[in-house]
Amino acid sequence: MITAAASMSALGLGLGLLLGAAARKFHVETPPVVDEMESVLPGTNCGQCGYPGCRGAAEAIAEGSAPVTLCPPGGRDVALQLAEIVGVSCSGGPEISGIAETEPQVAFIFEDHCTGCTKCFKRCPTDAIVGAAKQIHTVIWDACTGCDACVQVCPTEAIVLRTRPRTLQSWYWEKPDAQRFASAGHA
Amino acid sequence: MMGAVFSSLFSRIRGGVHPETRKFLSAGCAIEPMPLPALLRVPLQQHIGAPAEPLVARDDHVLKGQLIARARGAISANLHAPTSGRVIAVGHFPAPHPSGLPVPTITIRPDGEDAWGPRMARLRPEDAGPEEIAQRVAEAGIVGMGGATFPASVKLNLRDRYRLHTLIVNAAECEPYLTCDDRLMRERAEELADGAGIMARALGVDRIVVAIEANKPEAAAAMRRHNLGLGRPIQVKVVPTQYPMGSEKHLVRAVTGRETPARALTAELGVVVHNAATAYAVHQAVRYGEPLISRVVTVSGRGVGRPANVQALIGTPVADLLEHCGGLAAEPDRLLLGGPMMGQPIENRRVPIVKGTNGILALTRAETRKPEVMPCIRCGTCVQACPCGLTPFELNARIQADDLDGAVRVGLLDCVSCGCCSYICPSNIPLVQGFSFARGRLAEKESRKHQQEETKRLAAARTAREEAIAEAKRAAMARHKAMMAEKKRRAAEEAAQAADEAAPEPREAAK
Repeated sequence: MITAAASMSALGLGLGLLLGAAARKFHVETPPVVDEMESVLPGTNCGQCGYPGCRGAAEAIAEGSAPVTLCPPGGRDVALQLAEIVGVSCSGGPEISGIAETEPQVAFIFEDHCTGCTKCFKRCPTDAIVGAAKQIHTVIWDACTGCDACVQVCPTEAIVLRTRPRTLQSWYWEKPDAQRFASAGHA
Repeated sequence: MMGAVFSSLFSRIRGGVHPETRKFLSAGCAIEPMPLPALLRVPLQQHIGAPAEPLVARDDHVLKGQLIARARGAISANLHAPTSGRVIAVGHFPAPHPSGLPVPTITIRPDGEDAWGPRMARLRPEDAGPEEIAQRVAEAGIVGMGGATFPASVKLNLRDRYRLHTLIVNAAECEPYLTCDDRLMRERAEELADGAGIMARALGVDRIVVAIEANKPEAAAAMRRHNLGLGRPIQVKVVPTQYPMGSEKHLVRAVTGRETPARALTAELGVVVHNAATAYAVHQAVRYGEPLISRVVTVSGRGVGRPANVQALIGTPVADLLEHCGGLAAEPDRLLLGGPMMGQPIENRRVPIVKGTNGILALTRAETRKPEVMPCIRCGTCVQACPCGLTPFELNARIQADDLDGAVRVGLLDCVSCGCCSYICPSNIPLVQGFSFARGRLAEKESRKHQQEETKRLAAARTAREEAIAEAKRAAMARHKAMMAEKKRRAAEEAAQAADEAAPEPREAAK
């Protein structure tokens, strides 16, 4: 009787301590959904969404004060991933289909207008601009996310965003039109 | 006879279709040389892998066979000048590709001399080691000439990683219309057999099988006459006429009866497959030191004035080849590079032929079909026809619903794009076209994902760097402050000392 009671109370005490320790060890400050969303966002803190950095944007989405389509450089893929995380239905939603149209953008520098002021070069969140003072700058397209930061700081308006040029490697056939038979039927 | 029937019964592949072969248009035409075209355009990427690096500049004079672009990286191929002449541009030109996008290209204006530069030293394959042969094949810029254009030397070096026992020379030529390999075997069987022997030596295998479809009896007879390659017996295997017999994995299935695992190399079964034209190119490179600068191209279709098999220089514009073959008899409904099943339509006739171009087809309206697409009636014919054992109608439904992951689950990545399903579909549904789209879309998604990760890495690196700079600045500032404080203290001390020294005197004076 005493042994049973002692063992039971020891067990209870032990488990209680374990739970307490676990609660301390695995304490979560923010909702995990924010971390998850932050890992999906580009992480460049470019500020195009209007929130202070990608973390701020993630918090805003978690609160419900921002749509999942807030990230222009992330494009459709990021929007879909965010929608999946927060559980927003996005199949055929007007916002999602709106950004489905946008091709990925990259910055382009008109060399005639570049004065080599290094402003864009300092501002670029992914170090995609190469240049030095009084030298014409250029953009490494593979690293550019089209975040618009450089366009805004350029004093001579020498930078524009363009759709990423297609190459043989990135080209592929268009989706065959499934609706074609309907029109053929009418004709 | 009984044996042949029996073996052909068992060497059939699953599914497949039997399109009208229409090889009679050009099968009787001997390989003919072609006069030098006015311009030659050599794209820097004619192979799978990295584009070659140009070694010539504008206004350079080049000699025939001179190396004009060097392979870059492990999977790439050298390029050589197809004839002597002047380089008039190293720039961009539309690719021989349905997109017609500009690609880096070297343009040469032939001087008409056709003067050879120094050739590579001849190699006696009987004495040369496997590495030496593979090295020579790489130097000659030889790629798989059946259309896949994978660098041949890389495939010859598979002996290090797999236990190989058989070389299959792919001479099935299952695509309708094409007869270039057929003619090559009929006219140059001895050279081809020698090339196969050289490749077998490089691979370290003793068994050579030349697989020929049953509709080319003359070619099979010619190969039987030359049944020794470098002392190794060559077995001629007649496989049934069935599309896509020439697909690497399906040919291995037909010849050895064994199936290659999904997304694996045939080398895992100990078998390596090389195209017949590749074997001929290897012979030329090893025996005569001639790089790959020309190939046999079938120019055919009802839209061509005089169908022919032409020995054409790499870089010859399609328009010149068509002109050489009597021009266009009728305005073609479709102009294709390659065969009618897997070939690629082109719009621009000024694009050049490349190492992987085995045919130019000008198909008239009667030979193509305008697909009046109808709804899927779930007849399952595509499932029966698919040589890879897939369910094309299901793949298509998932792709139309933008469910790419679902399409991958039902085997999108195992599709070889042979086009049997589209060919056989009674509703004319563009099945294989949808699969090409889906694969392109999938690759794009992958690359975007990769780019997102890279962006994150770059952004993190930048943040880390900025923090390090700020930290360094703070440290410098602190050092500077400490130094200033030290200086001040010293100055104060000195002033105090000076005051101490100066002070007694007035005191004394005061005394």
